[in-house]
Amino acid sequence: MSEVANSHVTEIAVILSQEKIATGIYSMWIKTVAAKNAKAGQFISLYSSNGATLLPRPISICEINEEKTALRLVYRIVGKGTAEFSSMSKGDEIKVLGPLGNGYTLKDKTAILAAGGIGIPPIVELAKQLHHQFGCRLNIVVGYRNDELFLIDELKQHGEVFVSTEDGSVGTKGNILDAIRENNIEADIIYACGPMPMLRAVKELAKSKEIEAQISLEERMACGIGACLGCVCKTKDKDEHTHVNNTRICTDGPVFEAEMVEI
Amino acid sequence: MGAMLNTKVNIAGVELKNPVMTASGTFGSGMEYSEFVDLNQLGAVVTKGVANVAWEGNPTPRIAETHGGMLNAIGLQNPGIDVFVKRDIPFLKQYDTKIIVNVCGHTEEEYIEVVKRLANEPVDMLEINISCPNVKEGGIGFGQNEKSVYHITSEIKKHAKQPIIMKLSPNVTDITVMAKAAQEGGADAVSLINTLTGMKIDINRQTFALANKTGGLSGPAIKPVAVRMVNQVANAVDIPVIGMGGIANYEDALEFILAGATAVSVGTANFYNPYTTIEIVKGIEEYMKAHGCEDINQLIGIVNK
Repeated sequence: MSEVANSHVTEIAVILSQEKIATGIYSMWIKTVAAKNAKAGQFISLYSSNGATLLPRPISICEINEEKTALRLVYRIVGKGTAEFSSMSKGDEIKVLGPLGNGYTLKDKTAILAAGGIGIPPIVELAKQLHHQFGCRLNIVVGYRNDELFLIDELKQHGEVFVSTEDGSVGTKGNILDAIRENNIEADIIYACGPMPMLRAVKELAKSKEIEAQISLEERMACGIGACLGCVCKTKDKDEHTHVNNTRICTDGPVFEAEMVEI
Repeated sequence: MGAMLNTKVNIAGVELKNPVMTASGTFGSGMEYSEFVDLNQLGAVVTKGVANVAWEGNPTPRIAETHGGMLNAIGLQNPGIDVFVKRDIPFLKQYDTKIIVNVCGHTEEEYIEVVKRLANEPVDMLEINISCPNVKEGGIGFGQNEKSVYHITSEIKKHAKQPIIMKLSPNVTDITVMAKAAQEGGADAVSLINTLTGMKIDINRQTFALANKTGGLSGPAIKPVAVRMVNQVANAVDIPVIGMGGIANYEDALEFILAGATAVSVGTANFYNPYTTIEIVKGIEEYMKAHGCEDINQLIGIVNK
């Protein structure tokens, strides 16, 4: 007989605060032991209390406060689950599981942190850690739809921030690649999170500059712990676990070396 | 002090310590869930389907949530029998639970290759997947016609060293016809239901929610259909029936047992409550105590008596 590891447990977390920070975008601090070993780029699963909304929602970690054992989650309302979370307030309880996934591998290098839309939250903790651990030069390039520049004040504390907006209301009109070009930003590494077309462009850019890129991927998940094989991504090489050319985003990601994944 | 409870059930000569198993495809080979639950406490672990070679599965999105349920179109991604034998079986052998390997293939020959490969492995039973709705060849293709159910069952039975469970599809006009064909072909047990073929449209992207367009519907939403089919099949065949479809708690599990299932499998519920299997094991014991039932076998199919 084997001993039971029980290294993962679901937990009832308490909501410390809930705030709307832009149209359809909410910021929530929760008290959870998951904060003790969480890393930048990891995610946490939140469970709905509605019996018709079964699956856990993977939400990226925006900030970690180890002292207060608290995590900040910034999320967009995209369906029933996230709508339910946004309606919760201070003192409410929510079932969580995490931290999940691998997170970014931090390097002491001049960096571009590239993020778009709801891909912006995880780079807040990343910027904070890169700034405090290495003090390396950070070029933070963030893309928004319009002038609702959520999380920009947090980012400005850790590096130089460049903005692109789809409607041209602030910064470069266009996407983050346009902002990188317009400002001639150079770096030795790119950390990215955002929509797939942006990640593809980041992968191409890194390849042409012959620099490393770590990109965070997103996919529909069921279990969030590597069992269901719902959230896979095509890989260049055969994956060690699956023995085919795809890998599990929930457990082997969500952050991948861009050159290793076919996106 | 109450009398000792007997929760043991017997399927084709294999004794399970309790009737609670996992549903294929929702539990991997137990590795991920061993971090949440003590696999020693389960009646059996049913593995994700394994083929003769590695399968890549379908493109993503493979998952879509629906009201009280979910659609999946994984497409039987698996690492192939060689890796499975080297890695997954030794892992499960560390535990005091029965091992049931789910077998899939595109062709009869592929099924038989896997069955032969498992002949001398320490597995307790084989579950033959003739009901996956998410692969173009094989899977459900073998399970929607009584002649082909009979044929593949009898061919596999010739080569199998372990008892075989034929896993049936609900996507048929009369599931009892398929169950009888499996019994006729020599099946030692049947398991049902696999998922119901469904579809979801993403109105924002204005396309199918799943890359495969269709997927298999599972979860609490399908439970009444599953209970009905288990009851019908239990009344139609003499071999044991393993019931599944939306089981999320001990009350659900008992519905299936009372309807005629000798054992039950927990599937989709693992995804949103990884402790479901163990909670059901405990809940069934509590129910037996509360109802003065000393032997679970007295409950099987009680509604039919």
